[in-house]
Amino acid sequence: MEQQRGVFSSRVGLAFLTPALFFVVVFLLFPFVWIFYLSFTNQTLTGASALSPSFVGLENYARLFDFDRWARAGEFGSALWITIQFVLGSALLGQAVVGLTIAWAFYRRKGLLREIVFTLAVLAWIIPDVVVAFAWSAFLDYEQGTLNAILGALGLGRPDWLFRYPLISIILFNTWRGSAFSILLFSSALETIPPSYVETADVVGASAWQKFRDILFPLLRGHILTDLILITLWTFNVFTPYLLTGGGPTFKTEVVSIYIYRTAFKFFEFGKGGAIAVVVMLINLTLAMGYLAMLRRQKASA
Amino acid sequence: MLTKKFGSLLLVLALILVAAAPVLAQGEEIRLTMTCRCVAGGVNNNLVVWLNTYVFPTFQEKMAAEGKNVVVELVEFGGGDEQLKEQYALDLGVGAGHDLFAFDGFWVPEFVEAGLLKPLDEIAGEAVTSWEGWEHITPGIQSILGYQGKLYGIASGTDVRQIFYRTDVFEQAGIEMPWQPTSWAELLDTARALKEAGVEIPLQVNAGTAMGEATTMQGWFMVLLGAGEHMYDFEDGKWIVSSPAILNALNFYKTVYLDEGLGDARMQLVADGRDRSFQAFAEGRVGMLVEGDWFWRSAILNFLDVPTRNQVVGWAKMPAMEPGKGYRGQDFVTISGGTGWVLNPNTEHPLEAWELLAHMSSLDAQRAWELIQPRINFRDDVPVGGDPVMSAMADALLPLTTVRPMLPAYPQISYEAQLMTERVVSGEMTPEEAMAAYAEAVTELVGEENVKSIPLQ
Repeated sequence: MEQQRGVFSSRVGLAFLTPALFFVVVFLLFPFVWIFYLSFTNQTLTGASALSPSFVGLENYARLFDFDRWARAGEFGSALWITIQFVLGSALLGQAVVGLTIAWAFYRRKGLLREIVFTLAVLAWIIPDVVVAFAWSAFLDYEQGTLNAILGALGLGRPDWLFRYPLISIILFNTWRGSAFSILLFSSALETIPPSYVETADVVGASAWQKFRDILFPLLRGHILTDLILITLWTFNVFTPYLLTGGGPTFKTEVVSIYIYRTAFKFFEFGKGGAIAVVVMLINLTLAMGYLAMLRRQKASA
Repeated sequence: MLTKKFGSLLLVLALILVAAAPVLAQGEEIRLTMTCRCVAGGVNNNLVVWLNTYVFPTFQEKMAAEGKNVVVELVEFGGGDEQLKEQYALDLGVGAGHDLFAFDGFWVPEFVEAGLLKPLDEIAGEAVTSWEGWEHITPGIQSILGYQGKLYGIASGTDVRQIFYRTDVFEQAGIEMPWQPTSWAELLDTARALKEAGVEIPLQVNAGTAMGEATTMQGWFMVLLGAGEHMYDFEDGKWIVSSPAILNALNFYKTVYLDEGLGDARMQLVADGRDRSFQAFAEGRVGMLVEGDWFWRSAILNFLDVPTRNQVVGWAKMPAMEPGKGYRGQDFVTISGGTGWVLNPNTEHPLEAWELLAHMSSLDAQRAWELIQPRINFRDDVPVGGDPVMSAMADALLPLTTVRPMLPAYPQISYEAQLMTERVVSGEMTPEEAMAAYAEAVTELVGEENVKSIPLQ
């Protein structure tokens, strides 16, 4: 294949890239290397090891994977398992399915209902975290919450959401919070499908489900993968549940991002926190590479 | 340094231009900021009132008389103690922060070890050592903000812990008053009687990690000392990680929260449980609450006015498991902490910041403070101001009190103790399992050579 030549020489291109590269190095690469280094020390912010940290080798990592206790509440294994449930529940089952359903339900439809649903979804997505968390605390509160006031008035009981069902609560919360992205992505993807495909199917009398299964879904597959990559990574690293539950009660909503925060900024154990961060970074990289490989395979077969 | 030179230069100029406006003579404005867990109309409201209406105006006047134009600003912090500590560590870690901040004594060792705090005399020099106030503060009180013989701030007082109870609730349940249990059995019997009488939460004893140090001080220590033991053996300098007393204390929690439902475990596990416990007490839904005197002199006043408080809140000493079986063979137990104010080593105006601290700690300022919030004062020449109940608590409990070990590892071990109670109260572990997990964690933190176990019979 003939090499494509741009307008500028590669040297000029590099000059244009330099400012961006500079920021990438300073704000991305340097912190990464620094965290990687910290993870092999017992660096803390308070106490004697703040001034004279020492090299501890793989101790921080060994502690994370101490299988005798790693499944205990408040330990790494437990945080990881909670995160997996949170990602499966709120990103894959929640946001992606809700997004696809709503986008499909309003496919080729105009009108007030569509405007209302889309506006509400986008609002839920763009309101600042703290405001949203406060609103949800008020919504889910056991004694004075709006939800329980409604359920109670209907005679459906008053469940103690954040105490008895904390993980389900944050999964619902995060589904509500983030579905807008999937809705928008899927409905613009649907727009790109030529109407004639569906119209042809209409002529032969295909049902709505058949149209979805045989026409829309195959054409959307690439978009679905892109959506899954992005929301999995976002959800894996999301911190907002902290504002709702503080990671509790008894660590039942402590996802890994909260676990890192607690280790590094509540106990000031930068070394240990660094080790968790590195492991989480590796998990994220693996996820992203897995998805990208799937995407590439799909493109190749298309 | 620069500011001072510039200030004196202006002074000289002003002297030359005698006719010039007196404003010039005041020199450049010096801004001091200070912070505490205090919000006008919210937590520690009376502290805000005292600072804004007494301390700042009188201090600025005093400084003006010395020809200095000093402005002090209070930066209110509405979060919890743990978050405040986090803020301090991060601020100090990058060489920033307010000039003066409210500080809990037990944080001092780990901050000093990390080089985040400096001794007062190192920051402000001669002015500190020659301060007249020192001779009115006993060495014990001075050491609240001290570590290894150096002082990092001035304490604002000490405190004691006890059981508070609702006299109206007790009356309805037909419990005789004044009430003073002499054993855990009696305490639990009262709780059962309250439950029988339909009281929603008969007895609340702090547990769990969500309440942070409030769990260790108002909950764990009060129960453990009653079982006859301290967390730390001061004689041989070791942490006690496994013992019959620890097991007894955990079983007490189990009885209260799991076996008999005398307390509300939920309140100990949710994020804002302590505030909820105050509110529930104020609403008469809690019969007995183990708390510090801060609850009496400040926290409850966010819900009740002083006359109502005096009417419906009674207090009793926390009994040992059985008479004579408490810590040091005592019949009743309590523990004291202490908070105060420290100077930020990064302050740009060390002398003025110290002047402010000394002014706050002066006889006149403390007398004014006692009128706003009567409490156990740190100055031996300032009595508790006109609150006989507070005086009675101090007189009865100070002779019985003990303190936390001032060691850098304490906060982490304290957290492990909170976690141990949480594991029992939530039903995650049995008392035996929770104690084993505690022993394992503490041993890992301080090393085999710094812990000891007392064999179970």
